[in-house]
Amino acid sequence: MQLELRESTPWWLSLSAPVLAIILSLLLASLLIVWAGESVLSAFHMMAVGAFGTTFALTETLSRAIPLTLTGLCAAIAFRARFFNIGAEGQLYCGAMAATLVGTGLVDLPAPLMIPLLFAAGALAGGFALLLPWYLKSRLSVDEVVTTLLLNFVILLLVSYALEGPLRDPMSLGWPQAAPILDNGVLPALVARTRLHAGVYVAIMAALLLWLVLRYSAFGFSVKALGFNSSAAEHAGISPARTLFWVAMFSGALAGMAGVSEVAGLKGYLTLDLSPGFGYTGIAVAMLANLHPLGVILSAVFLAGISVGADSMGRALDIPSYIADIMVASAVLSVLIGLMLARYRIRR
Amino acid sequence: MDMLDILISASFWAATIRIACPLIFATLGELICERAGVLNLGIEGIMTAGAMTGWLWVYNGGDLLGAVLFAAFIGAMFGLLHAGFTVSLGLSQHVTGIGITLLASSLSYYVIKMLLPESSAPPKIVPFQSLDLPVLSSLPFLGVALFSHTALTYAAFLIVPIILYLLNRTPWGLAVRIAGENPVALEAQGIDVIHVRTLAVMLGSALMAVGGASLTISAFDAFYFGMINGRGWICIALVIFASWRPGKALLGALLFAGLDAFQVRMQQQAGVHIPYQFFLMLPYVLSIVAMIIVARRAQYPKALLKPYRRGERV
Repeated sequence: MQLELRESTPWWLSLSAPVLAIILSLLLASLLIVWAGESVLSAFHMMAVGAFGTTFALTETLSRAIPLTLTGLCAAIAFRARFFNIGAEGQLYCGAMAATLVGTGLVDLPAPLMIPLLFAAGALAGGFALLLPWYLKSRLSVDEVVTTLLLNFVILLLVSYALEGPLRDPMSLGWPQAAPILDNGVLPALVARTRLHAGVYVAIMAALLLWLVLRYSAFGFSVKALGFNSSAAEHAGISPARTLFWVAMFSGALAGMAGVSEVAGLKGYLTLDLSPGFGYTGIAVAMLANLHPLGVILSAVFLAGISVGADSMGRALDIPSYIADIMVASAVLSVLIGLMLARYRIRR
Repeated sequence: MDMLDILISASFWAATIRIACPLIFATLGELICERAGVLNLGIEGIMTAGAMTGWLWVYNGGDLLGAVLFAAFIGAMFGLLHAGFTVSLGLSQHVTGIGITLLASSLSYYVIKMLLPESSAPPKIVPFQSLDLPVLSSLPFLGVALFSHTALTYAAFLIVPIILYLLNRTPWGLAVRIAGENPVALEAQGIDVIHVRTLAVMLGSALMAVGGASLTISAFDAFYFGMINGRGWICIALVIFASWRPGKALLGALLFAGLDAFQVRMQQQAGVHIPYQFFLMLPYVLSIVAMIIVARRAQYPKALLKPYRRGERV
């Protein structure tokens, strides 16, 4: 078997990646559903209704898509520059911790100032969490994949310590949770009696801004050049270390903002189970969108739908909700094949 | 009990060797993959799958040796999947690895939930029992420290010279090393690079899975959710620390396990003064420190992360 680079990709083939990914992950999920002894069609029907069928389901899916969009953007910008930041989970918790530090009594401003302040604090903290991996990569060429992965565990233990020590809410009756965010810092709800909050706007704006920056700014060009061929970019006068610095800061900031939006929008206070792996799923979100910031919104809604749908299906039928993670994983793997088909043709 | 007391206690040395066992298997597994030019980030998930399948085999009435082989087989299958993506098709090793980690661990959890839906406490099996070597195990101090471990732990130490021999003294090992340094040269010898790399990734993944299994059928006796807990990532750091040499990987794993055993014992005394989370952080922090120490003289396999496509310019 031989692979040959295509000179141009027909438009329908560039759509093949996400379509193939969705089909293959549905197929794998069907096998698992059959094994669980349930009917495939009714299981998928339940999933779809559980994710998009009612107003409540839809708001649940959208509120889950908020952090996924932000962590997806975090992975998208980093992966574009070939800076493999797998530490979104840790950076998310850094953002959440910063929002907790600032938002639970340090300052109390009117909401139009307080909410941006929380996001700024979270973005700064998220970026800060990537400072060490960036430094080690650009100065000592230590692989960023391993450092960001390992820091996830360090940061999570730090959060665990903070929740049992300095950040523990004295009113929490011994539960390891932080004090609630002050009322002025809480993101307003969008639909009455649901959990959907104004973080939606933050996520959409972040995606739009990132798209504009990557497409129209000189920085966006540097990122693209670096992702294509770092030595050529360097010859063209682009400093890899400096470009990577801003990539790292943006990437970490986006994950940090996901943490803020979960604390100040969804939960109201910091706990150790704030994120069920949003940081890792963000990679899948970005891959499914072919690292396109606007596509990230769509794929975040889709993957959020899968996990919300799988949860509701799991409650109704005897199917473990881990099926959602399996579908996410198989989507990541099959999207790779789809992207390859779009770039190469297979010759025998 | 102060630091010195810990260091001269036989139980500390015994614990070090026990903790090192899964790390040795998995580090060697990752090392083989990387020497062939393939970074295998599936390690965390493959270890989880190995831990689950090994345990499941025994839980269903199988024998312990069969459990090791079954886990190795499952690991090799995930390795085949990884190689299919990264070697045959030349796709991103980073994304494939993360995808396989997600897939292998969520599949493992799915299977466990399917088979044991209602169990609140994870059921236990009878794991490998410690095998007291005749005469040696009755030596004072050394007997407890070195010679009363489980068969799988001894196997971890035996596998190091085997891998050393395989990599450095056999034609296949040479092919693996060239595949990781200069695949074009290997092709020029008429050897199929895809084939060599695929086999190396499968063998490496099998070893990772055995490392995972050693947790459930040798060190402990049950499968817990999240029990691999970053060990796979630590092994990747250990491979770098070892400069891709099996002997140094053994040393690194032992050093690392020693520090881990040490921190547990320090934690028991210091418990009141220093929060336990800071002790739990140590393994991860140390892994990062270890990578920084060797950063300046790290000799990566030259073709690591570089896909090989026949006829395509590099």
